[in-house]
Amino acid sequence: MFRLGSSITALGVAVALTAGSAVGEDLHDLYFGEALFYAGQGRHFEALERLDAELIQHNGLDEPSLGSLDHHKNEADFFVGDFELQYRMHHRAGRAIRAVLEGDVDQEVRNEAAYRLARIHFQKDQPEDALLALDRIEGRVPDDIRDDVEFLRANIFMALGRPSEAADVLRGIQGADGLAGFSDYNLGIALLQDGQHNDALKQLDRAGRVRARDRAAHAIRDKSNFILGTLQFEASDFGPAQASLSRVRLEGPYSNQALLRAGWADVNAENFERALVPWGVLSTREPTDAAVQEAIIALPFAYSQLEIHGRAARLYGEAVETFGEELDRVDASIRSIREGRFLEALVREEIRQDKDWVIRLRSLPDTPETYYLTALMASHDFQTALQNYLDLEDLRKKMVTWQRSFEAFGDIIEHRRAYYDPLLPELDTQFRKLDAQIRLRMEQREHIDRRLNAMLVAPRPDFLATADERLLSEQLNQLYQQIGDAETPVATELRARVDRLRGLITWQLETRYHERLTETFENLEALNADIDEMQARYQSFVRTRQAALHSYVGYEIPLNRMQSRVRGALERLTVLMARQGHMLETVAIDELKIRRDRLEIYQNQARYAFADSYDRAAKSQGEEPVADASPIAEEDQG
Amino acid sequence: MTRRNATRPSKLPGFGVSSLRRHAAVAMLTLIAGMATADARDATREQMKGLDEQVQEIKSDVLSIAAELNGLEERLLYPSNSQVAVFVDLADGKDFRLDSIQIQLDGNLIAHHIYSYKELEALQKGGVQRIFNGNIATGQHQLEVSVAGKHDSGKDFSSVESFTFSKNVEPKLVGITLDEPGLTGSGIELGNW
Repeated sequence: MFRLGSSITALGVAVALTAGSAVGEDLHDLYFGEALFYAGQGRHFEALERLDAELIQHNGLDEPSLGSLDHHKNEADFFVGDFELQYRMHHRAGRAIRAVLEGDVDQEVRNEAAYRLARIHFQKDQPEDALLALDRIEGRVPDDIRDDVEFLRANIFMALGRPSEAADVLRGIQGADGLAGFSDYNLGIALLQDGQHNDALKQLDRAGRVRARDRAAHAIRDKSNFILGTLQFEASDFGPAQASLSRVRLEGPYSNQALLRAGWADVNAENFERALVPWGVLSTREPTDAAVQEAIIALPFAYSQLEIHGRAARLYGEAVETFGEELDRVDASIRSIREGRFLEALVREEIRQDKDWVIRLRSLPDTPETYYLTALMASHDFQTALQNYLDLEDLRKKMVTWQRSFEAFGDIIEHRRAYYDPLLPELDTQFRKLDAQIRLRMEQREHIDRRLNAMLVAPRPDFLATADERLLSEQLNQLYQQIGDAETPVATELRARVDRLRGLITWQLETRYHERLTETFENLEALNADIDEMQARYQSFVRTRQAALHSYVGYEIPLNRMQSRVRGALERLTVLMARQGHMLETVAIDELKIRRDRLEIYQNQARYAFADSYDRAAKSQGEEPVADASPIAEEDQG
Repeated sequence: MTRRNATRPSKLPGFGVSSLRRHAAVAMLTLIAGMATADARDATREQMKGLDEQVQEIKSDVLSIAAELNGLEERLLYPSNSQVAVFVDLADGKDFRLDSIQIQLDGNLIAHHIYSYKELEALQKGGVQRIFNGNIATGQHQLEVSVAGKHDSGKDFSSVESFTFSKNVEPKLVGITLDEPGLTGSGIELGNW
């Protein structure tokens, strides 16, 4: 038996639904299950397509309560909103969830809907509306979302510039399962924004020590330590800053920034030697990273502060070279984007199959632009724009396929027309004859039925005479008429004999009446079965006849309309896709230009510093006896 | 996701600002360059939002076209009197590895599917796969289902089961529920719809 047991939570949809819904129960509508199948794979368009169709069909029923979707109606209404949200259709999702809110549903369902609506508003940067939606929550909140509701409320307060209230809310959910690290970190930020600097530092310190169980929790813990270290650094507390930054994992999203900052903390503490360690590690990492690039120039700076000018000069020299290579790379990337290769790479199917496709993009040999764009591509706005572009590409492919289908549909219709058009008139003629016969037999059966029912009230044994008896009766009547009224002895005897025979028939009819009545009813029942079968065949024929006609008649107008709609939508989509693509390219090129400007600055700075360090190295060599002519080589050996 | 949004209100100082102010003019220039682009970024963000609205509209349009087209396609290609649809799902709570399924209808191969990880996961979460949509005549039909997969123990299994079903004038929905073969059976069951 099909079931829905785990579908609800597994799809990321909270569980609380009205009594009588199908949580943990059997699935009653296969097409609804099909929508879940698509949603489970992240194919939200297909999921919505299926669920929309089911809901339209269900709502169009004369008696929706008898429809197979009725059992899942509440879930379906919820899922539609959820799928739309997943498919980044906030407007429709909002409408769907508002419909649930205004529907006849339990308070828990209403509360969950209010939470989702608030989440949509918050994602759309409408914190006031988000708070209003949360204010609609009253009574019991489903357990699964209770902490999330409060967490969202705190975020809304933060977005509204009410950090004190955010902090109050966050204090209430410290230690909540699933929010470990996040609620701690946000409380630290709320306190910071509320001006409670010391408490904020203490809280961030706590957040930086939480037990992390998954990648996300590790990342937020790193972030807490990094922010804490940065704040301490800004306050010139270099020792504590060092300690906080050292808690950031060496492999993680904040690793590079933490290493860079740790180096600066050492430099600020005038501990130049110690700065060499983080910057030394960092400078060997992927040179497209901004922190790594800064370390490449900061490392020789530390050497110069230690007055190891030879090594500083050599490293500055290498930095000039590295920045030059990176500038070439950035230029190549900008050119590549302008040639449209960035967008081509983004829509590559084989890349998108991988959930880490953004990272994999970097490994594509002919997409140099992506080297510099990982950070950009990870940003929320860019991701939304990118996803929109990819969605548009998917829609474009669908519509192109549909356009091809129209031609095939036309062919099918013409073939069917050619086959059925000559057949149907002859079939109809035969059917009309058959239909007349069937109607006649049906009337006869109705007549018998009425007569038998009347006989239950007023018995008529003569109606149940057999054919022989009826024949015999008629013969006797004829004989009686032939004998006439003559009063001769022969005639009298003959009449008496006829009367005896009539009496015999009457006797037979009267004595066997009940037996015959029962038998007749049984025969009628058997006839009914035959008639039912005949009617089923009749209906089947009528439906088949209708289906034959409907298989090629009545499609012209809807197909033309569909073709025109698809053509129009495709034209609009193409324009929109071009604009969306152009936007992505522009943003990517702008980002690359920023990086290019920075690289140029670094390169110039490195050039000057190289000259300066070289001079100093040469000068210090001149002051001391040297074995080698090269000042740099000698210092490096030292 | 809410969690990611959680970090959005953060308004901490820019990265490395003060240190570079003290030690390297380089970063100061970078910072100034960054500030200069902030306005441009805001404008871009607004443009992105505008495009996002339009994308939502077109998605809505295409979904509506898809719904109408599906109805039309179903009417044209799979008239109700001959329509048969075969669905597959997994037995409740079972998360064995289903590798492939093969289905024959009246001796003809109508579906052969190898499951991807995502598809299997979707089935395990309670999804139902429509594996075949086609047309057949009314009357009795024979369905043969062959399944291959792996037990939790890592041992391979395969099983075959045959069923008979009746097709009437209304659309026929055939549901196949799959489980690991056990001591008592093949693990393949036919649902009645």
